[in-house]
Amino acid sequence: MRGNRPTRGSERKADTVSQSAVQPTPASPTPEGGHLLEVRDLHVEFRTGEGVAKVINGVSYHLDAGETLAVLGESGSGKSVTAQAIMGILDTPPAMIRSGQIRYQGRDLLTQSEEQRRQVRGTEIAMIFQDALSALNPTFPVGWQIGETLRQRAGMSRGDARRRAIELMELVKIPAAASRLGDYPHQFSGGMRQRVMIAMALALNPKVLIADEPTTALDVTVQAQIMDLLADLRRDLRMAMILITHDLGVVAGVADRIAVMYAGRIVEHADVRSLYRSPAHPYTKGLLESIPRLDFHGQQLSTIRGLPPNLMRIPSGCPFHPRCPYVQQVCVDVVPHDLVLGDGRTSACHFAQEVRDDRAR
Amino acid sequence: MTAPASQPKKVRGEPILAVENLVKHFPITRGVVFQRQIGAVRAVDGVSFDLRRGETLGIVGESGCGKSTLARLLMRLEMPTSGAATLEGRDLFAARGGELRRLRRNMQMVLQDPYTSLNPRMTVGDIIGEPFEIHPEAAPKGSRQRRVQELLDMVGLSPEHINRYPHQFSGGQRQRIGIARALALRPEVLVCDEPVSALDVSIQAQVINLLEQLQDELGLSYIFIAHDLSVVRHICDRVAVMYLGRIVELGTEEEIYQRATHPYTQALLSAVPVPDPEQRDNQNMIRLIGDVPSPANPPSGCRFRTRCWKAQDVCATQDPDTVPRAADPHPSACHFAELREPTSPS
Ligand SMILES: Nc1ncnc2c1ncn2[C@@H]1O[C@H](COP(=O)(O)OP(=O)(O)OP(=O)(O)O)[C@@H](O)[C@H]1O
Ligand SMILES: Nc1ncnc2c1ncn2[C@@H]1O[C@H](COP(=O)(O)OP(=O)(O)OP(=O)(O)O)[C@@H](O)[C@H]1O
Ligand code: SF4
Ligand code: SF4
Ligand SMILES: [Mg+2]
Ligand SMILES: [Mg+2]
Repeated sequence: MRGNRPTRGSERKADTVSQSAVQPTPASPTPEGGHLLEVRDLHVEFRTGEGVAKVINGVSYHLDAGETLAVLGESGSGKSVTAQAIMGILDTPPAMIRSGQIRYQGRDLLTQSEEQRRQVRGTEIAMIFQDALSALNPTFPVGWQIGETLRQRAGMSRGDARRRAIELMELVKIPAAASRLGDYPHQFSGGMRQRVMIAMALALNPKVLIADEPTTALDVTVQAQIMDLLADLRRDLRMAMILITHDLGVVAGVADRIAVMYAGRIVEHADVRSLYRSPAHPYTKGLLESIPRLDFHGQQLSTIRGLPPNLMRIPSGCPFHPRCPYVQQVCVDVVPHDLVLGDGRTSACHFAQEVRDDRAR
Repeated sequence: MTAPASQPKKVRGEPILAVENLVKHFPITRGVVFQRQIGAVRAVDGVSFDLRRGETLGIVGESGCGKSTLARLLMRLEMPTSGAATLEGRDLFAARGGELRRLRRNMQMVLQDPYTSLNPRMTVGDIIGEPFEIHPEAAPKGSRQRRVQELLDMVGLSPEHINRYPHQFSGGQRQRIGIARALALRPEVLVCDEPVSALDVSIQAQVINLLEQLQDELGLSYIFIAHDLSVVRHICDRVAVMYLGRIVELGTEEEIYQRATHPYTQALLSAVPVPDPEQRDNQNMIRLIGDVPSPANPPSGCRFRTRCWKAQDVCATQDPDTVPRAADPHPSACHFAELREPTSPS
């Protein structure tokens, strides 16, 4: 598969540079460096008629080769905006990237030209979306759409692109792939459309796949099929994956690490097992306690009081403080930094250790 | 309060709503001038169940299996192709005039989408009070505003918000407004079609708790339609599993979640991701292949046979009834109904 990597000059060069030398950055706050992909202290605002919404307020996360990172958060927490910033597909305006870095193989994508970024999109980092129907063009057959990417970006001939499109559709397990090349998106079921979109994302052999709520719109039995497919592909093609979701069940099934977002920040970051066993941020803890479980018939659900903040008026200090059962005066006054808890865990809470060790669940 | 002699005594647990072999087919037509019917979408295709007073009956199943159509039939927003339903013994589909109004008052609906189900140009007070315009006979004797404020309070919203507009509320708050409106006429039955599906988890829990609390206080009976099987397990006393317009299995929460005998139910349950990474490898999953067939052209015999790993020849010719089975005495529509081994933990 890797043999089909495009061979245009500029791309080649970029690849060689990045792979041979992952430059250490002098200003780097993290000594280890060398992650495949790293978002550092990203700040994004949206200018709207009603004012400035501070949507991303210092997001940092990283992804290493071959692993799956889950980014979990409720609606509006900034999961998709961060992903769009990585892909370079944010609409600016209304969005404005205030500061931060997005380093891919050591290079800061945010300082690159649009042409350079276009080279990264699809060939290095590709993305799939929740709603396949609106991500696909309704007026062209799916085979043509997959082929178009291959012709335009990989310079393939019509015949090669067609053969490769069939291969890709087989790869994502679309039955009778060759006979479905001429079908239009609406002729596919929701699950099959999602497969088509995955095939398109894989067309240029990306090293990173960002899956933004890939199964949210699907039924559970189909959701399970797609999650299995993504896990198999990730393993077989040795991709790294960022899985964006609000579903704690989906995360538990596939992710290695998890970053929990709240009001445009990563509030907790941990390996999946530790986080479920002993959450170290009150928000994470609240989420885990408020989901009904299939595996036992519980009593009253505990809830997180109140509502997520209005991003035009983010609360002072810790943005979670109006909803937090652990709140103290310091939380209202002082923004909590990421507390390092060991094993690569961090929590943006003044009382992270206490919360982690509080097993009264 | 002294009940009129004609009014039956209300006993918890006795059937309040009875549904008998309900069918709704939507015609598929072709031609512009001379439309002729070339087929039918069998959205609901022979559904029977009882709803008992004070209970929550869950209805689960994948997209397109007919859940919303069933709800719309019960609300009499659609008329059935055939079949019957009675609410407190009165024929739901034969009722006319005053009797129909009374039936409608007694059964209200809560919808999924808190964003589109409220009129953006009306104040919350007008939205919640609207049912009194439609049913003036049920309007409060005293101040209508006071009753609306009571309702706001009941669903956990501030009575001072009576003059606000829907856009000034969050999704969860809008869902509360929808619930307050549904409760305005003091119904006994609420049909909730995906009432929490559009909400974030932390907000979802608040609304689920509210529904449970209102049920306790007001003695309501719920039909609770959802595709989230964990939510359904949490809130429901009994559960009906639908597939292609049919109920394929019906039982108590325990019968369905611990002792399911229908392969579809078993597959559906095993596909739900469990929020526990420790169970990642021992979930013992059944993976269904392929998609749900079109309800315009369901398979012969057992509708599930095209995806069933246990299908035999008889499954293609004989449509299994939803009846008690030897493996477990709750109704299951499978010729080879059996418990799953080993049963899931918990
Ligand atoms: N084009 C835009 N103009 C103005 N605000 C925007 C725009 N796109 C996103 N936002 C705002 O940015 C915030 C974060 O949005 P984002 O889409 O990243 O959330 P999310 O975490 O992906 O949520 P969801 O789970 O609903 O997809 C939201 O408050 C949203 O309203
Ligand atoms: N008015 C209509 N005319 C024609 N077909 C319809 C109509 N309403 C529903 N259907 C079809 O009937 C079937 C059942 O639809 P219904 O909305 O009841 O499913 P559902 O179980 O509520 O699905 P979802 O989980 O997606 O809400 C579907 O195939 C649908 O397309
Ligand atoms: S910093 Fe304070 S308010 Fe914020 S999560 Fe921790 S305890 Fe709660
Ligand atoms: S009747 Fe046959 S096809 Fe249908 S569920 Fe049972 S075993 Fe499967
Ligand atoms: Mg999003
Ligand atoms: Mg529906």
